[in-house]
Amino acid sequence: MPTILESLDLDCSLFHSYSLLFPVIRPDATILLEIRNLHAKVGDQPILKGVDLTLRAGEIHAVMGRNGSGKSTLSKLLAGHPAYTVTAGTVHYKGEDLLTLAPEERARAGVFLGFQYPVEIPGVSNLEFLRVATNSRRVAQGVEELDTFAFEDLVRERLKVVQMDPAFLERSVNEGFSGGEKKRNEILQMALLEPLVAILDETDSGLDIDALRIVSAGVNQLATPDNCILLITHYQRLLDEITPDFVHVMAAGRILRTGGKELALELERRGYDWIDEGLESSDQVDSIAPALEVV
Amino acid sequence: MTSTASVGDLVSQPYRYGFVTDIETEKIAKGLDEDVVRLISAKKHEPAFLLNFRLRAYAQWLQMEEPDWAALGHGPIDYQEMIYYAAPKQQSKKASLDEVDPKLLETFDKLGIPLSEQKRLSNVAVDAVFDSVSIATTYREKLAEHGVIFCSISEAVKDYPDLIERYLGTVVPSNDNFFAALNSAVFSDGSFVFIPKGVCCPMELSTYFRINSGDTGQFERTLIVAEEAASVSYLEGCTAPMFDTNQLHAAVVELVALDDANIKYSTVQNWYAGDEKGVGGIYNFVTKRGQCRGARSHISWTQVETGSAITWKYPSCVLQGVDSSGEFYSVALTNNLQQADTGTKMIHVAPGTRSTIISKGISAGRSSNSYRGLVQIGPKAVGARNYSQCDSMLIGDTAAANTFPYLRSQQPDASIEHEASTCRISEDQLFYLQSRGIGLEESVSMMVSGFCRDVFNQLPMEFAAEADKLLALKLEGSVG
Repeated sequence: MPTILESLDLDCSLFHSYSLLFPVIRPDATILLEIRNLHAKVGDQPILKGVDLTLRAGEIHAVMGRNGSGKSTLSKLLAGHPAYTVTAGTVHYKGEDLLTLAPEERARAGVFLGFQYPVEIPGVSNLEFLRVATNSRRVAQGVEELDTFAFEDLVRERLKVVQMDPAFLERSVNEGFSGGEKKRNEILQMALLEPLVAILDETDSGLDIDALRIVSAGVNQLATPDNCILLITHYQRLLDEITPDFVHVMAAGRILRTGGKELALELERRGYDWIDEGLESSDQVDSIAPALEVV
Repeated sequence: MTSTASVGDLVSQPYRYGFVTDIETEKIAKGLDEDVVRLISAKKHEPAFLLNFRLRAYAQWLQMEEPDWAALGHGPIDYQEMIYYAAPKQQSKKASLDEVDPKLLETFDKLGIPLSEQKRLSNVAVDAVFDSVSIATTYREKLAEHGVIFCSISEAVKDYPDLIERYLGTVVPSNDNFFAALNSAVFSDGSFVFIPKGVCCPMELSTYFRINSGDTGQFERTLIVAEEAASVSYLEGCTAPMFDTNQLHAAVVELVALDDANIKYSTVQNWYAGDEKGVGGIYNFVTKRGQCRGARSHISWTQVETGSAITWKYPSCVLQGVDSSGEFYSVALTNNLQQADTGTKMIHVAPGTRSTIISKGISAGRSSNSYRGLVQIGPKAVGARNYSQCDSMLIGDTAAANTFPYLRSQQPDASIEHEASTCRISEDQLFYLQSRGIGLEESVSMMVSGFCRDVFNQLPMEFAAEADKLLALKLEGSVG
């Protein structure tokens, strides 16, 4: 049976350029992040070739795709990494142009990137780093800065979100941390900064199953009706722990398909090849249908 | 894409201490010969032994050549184009601060070193040296109650000639090196500290050196003696106005520690460094040495070197006392076209001696920063131990860092450890901190102060925060 969209006989490219048919759970929820026709390059190499994505408050989105599909570029670009140059398109955060902001301004405003490979910063105490970061966000929010004592209380409470040992506070930022400890430290930062848009870039990579559960449970605790989360991942196993409202598949710098959580399961079963085939046969509409049923 | 400043444009913070005080100055004619040496000595009404010391040094200096082994490059220094004595006009040293020219007090106020009774730092005694002379020393009476002598070296020559005669030139002989010889011949002022047996100096002592004249060299001389079981913590600070010519600063510092004595000597050096094109700035050629003469004595050098166009400086410890120990903690920061060749010498003479060297070099801009250090263990130094750690941090890709360790041991039962590392502040680290809401400059200064923490922890508390800020200021604009 033809889907609604097929029966409309729409040119598929419309999907990538316009949001009118974008699936929505709570249409009245505030739009936190709106990406339109985003093109970007690193050096002379175009990476993003027209990304459209809308994140509303209370939503969890997953972006999946092969290595090199542009997922990580998208996440770093949103955080303001200087290596990427936007060549076309727009990104609005709470209605404001995000792209003119410096990385620190984005963070203070409430955009958070959980890194795939958090860097080590020898000599800088984790506790001090967390405190300075938290206070810079608090100043932007117009709330009082925390002194060292008040901050210790806060951080000890937030450590529980990721079941982290307070001993990690005394060490240098990420220095000598295992893969799992680094990712927990990322989620701890998210818990402290309370972002409205949290982009988690392959937070599951390098985690064993126990660490994956702890980190996922932390993210689930932090997901509220007021914020939104964008998970970048290769694997279904993260989505078994954190249930996305939407799954997007990226290939060649664009989002080729959008669906509900079933899409991820389908990817798990069929791999990514059929997405690419879809590029030619232009039958992408198929998988959007289940998502539309949510409307 | 964003308005982020690049790591290369961040160093353009103007030098805050670059002002000149407009004050009438008494200067002698430029140039150096035996008469000038005699004139300086006469102006200070010095006893014969000191004049002879100067004349001998001058004769030795004439025979010596400027050292060229350091990794430094500069144009020739014309020693005849310089003025060797400049003093603000006021009749000798004032008994009370009220009589000191208000312009001078204002100058030190502006530098953050208030001298007047009401404003002076509550737990730090300060000797303020302006060009060639000391203009005021605070808390002298209070220190005297404890038997501590803290005054300018010129006054010490008058009031305690026997102490000066006994110790001056015994740690750094006048023919030690070219610049030490020059200093011995023409030194004008500096500080003298004497801590008698068993006394723990009740407050921090500090000397603040200010060069004001554009054509004058500064040759100060500091002598600190700690008798048996005495202890003292001393700090020196330095600034100079901005001139487009180079001024020479050739100081000598001598420390003597007797049995169980403890001397901690800290420096925050912020001489004018020249502009971003390398025009102007102080040539800083300094000889600093401490002698641990007594058993179990201890000398610790901490330096934060951020200024000067050229820094040539190796604060050293001669460990003559059994079980004595020496430490050297250094942060040297160079930016723009600054050059630093600095480090230490740890000479282990006696058995059971220990030394620790922690050196942190930070190079930004097109600067060059070298650590040069000697660890020498003599044949009698049974069981001597040394630990050295030399870390370099590069900011940007046009700065240079070198490490030249010299390790010599004539004692098989001794241990020397040397560790060295080089790191670069990476874009990824900066981006990580920025993505947590921390601005670019604050990110750099967080990383730099993290890198320097081992050394800053050694500074007297009042100055540690200051040093941190100073470094942050110096680095503004170095990131890009």
